[in-house]
Amino acid sequence: MEFLRPASWDEALAAKAAHPDAVPIAGGTDVMVELNFDRGRPAALLDLTRISTLTEWGSDGDHMRVGAGVTYQRIITELGSVLPGLAMASRSVGSPQIRNRGTVGGNLGSASPAGDAHPPLLAGDAIVELASVRGVRQVPVADFFTGPKRSVAEPDELISAFLLAPASGPEQFSKVGTRNAMVISVCSFAIALHPWQRKVGTGIGSAAPTPRRAFEAEEMLAVELSWERPVALTEAVERRFGDLVAAAASPIDDVRGTAAYRRQALSVLARRTLRWAWDAYRTEPAR
Amino acid sequence: MRVTCTINGELRQADDVWPGESLLYILRERLGLPGSKNACEQGECGSCTVYLDGLAVCACLVAAGQAEGAVITTVEGLTGADGALNTVQQAFVEAGAVQCGFCTPGLVVAVHDLLARSQAPPSDPDIREALAGNLCRCTGYEKIMDAVRLAASRGAR
Repeated sequence: MEFLRPASWDEALAAKAAHPDAVPIAGGTDVMVELNFDRGRPAALLDLTRISTLTEWGSDGDHMRVGAGVTYQRIITELGSVLPGLAMASRSVGSPQIRNRGTVGGNLGSASPAGDAHPPLLAGDAIVELASVRGVRQVPVADFFTGPKRSVAEPDELISAFLLAPASGPEQFSKVGTRNAMVISVCSFAIALHPWQRKVGTGIGSAAPTPRRAFEAEEMLAVELSWERPVALTEAVERRFGDLVAAAASPIDDVRGTAAYRRQALSVLARRTLRWAWDAYRTEPAR
Repeated sequence: MRVTCTINGELRQADDVWPGESLLYILRERLGLPGSKNACEQGECGSCTVYLDGLAVCACLVAAGQAEGAVITTVEGLTGADGALNTVQQAFVEAGAVQCGFCTPGLVVAVHDLLARSQAPPSDPDIREALAGNLCRCTGYEKIMDAVRLAASRGAR
């Protein structure tokens, strides 16, 4: 097995072009588990931790551009007020040791349906930036995932960054697990209110072959929510939102939970997070 | 592959390293530092917690080559040169926070990190959150909580 250690982004792209079967490694929180348990032996590891540009973030027009190598811990401490939904999800990842190493770029690269970063990225209409020696392309995160642990990334491409607009309204994230810490989600849900556009974004985790949005639920809320005069939500609207979110999922029975439980739990998470977000909007209408 | 890094203030070198092995394997099997424990090998238990460039991480999830040029502190490095226990280690002994002892080295590093990051003695929920990635199957955690409070009260940083 080869260990490739590019010192710059250009070197990394050249290495990936030359070794399309190389597995990129950043925090190692997924890749090293596979190696430790001998579940797979890639031809090469492509270490991305030496590339300083991957660990940078900054403003890029209407978006924050966050390098693929920024850790969960840094998203919490450095971007928590700008990207609160993603920061909430980041706080629920693993443990301090995992959050010190794990990256959102790695979460996207693994493309697990259970990735904690994915629901808030979906709710915020994030864009994934993919790069290769052929050039750079931007993919809406809703089009990024193609199946369990599969994405549109080509073998010669690396994830360079994601772009996510600063929150313009309240955002929430909630996750069901078998205990409070160190859990892969049984199911998870993110919501983002976009008051200026009179829109709502959603993201469902761990309840379909890929993370996905609940489009019908979003459209229903966009019509039903009284953005101008934010009164309390009716129980009927909450319930319909929960039902539409549950209907948008296509969960399976597995070791972590049954499909029926996931649907039920998702409808509860959807109702709760909507109430939290809407109550926050009623207190402080828009940023 | 050769890996060179600074461990507990000393420049160390490991030869014939297989690129897929972990920093934990290098520490324990190649450099004679068995303080960091090998238990779950998947970042769940925290027994192998070390400082890597100032951050507490699971050594089992760091690829050997990623440690090249890094500055690492293991539990062995927290003890004084004369072998004296540091405040956190002493508190674990006095509070009876050690039973089988397998999780202790990882917990000591994680508690050291928590107290180094804390401006004031941490609250119980903060302690529990900080130690969420360290599993202990003996103590039920209460004595460990006592040890953290004791170390914090003695101004461990």
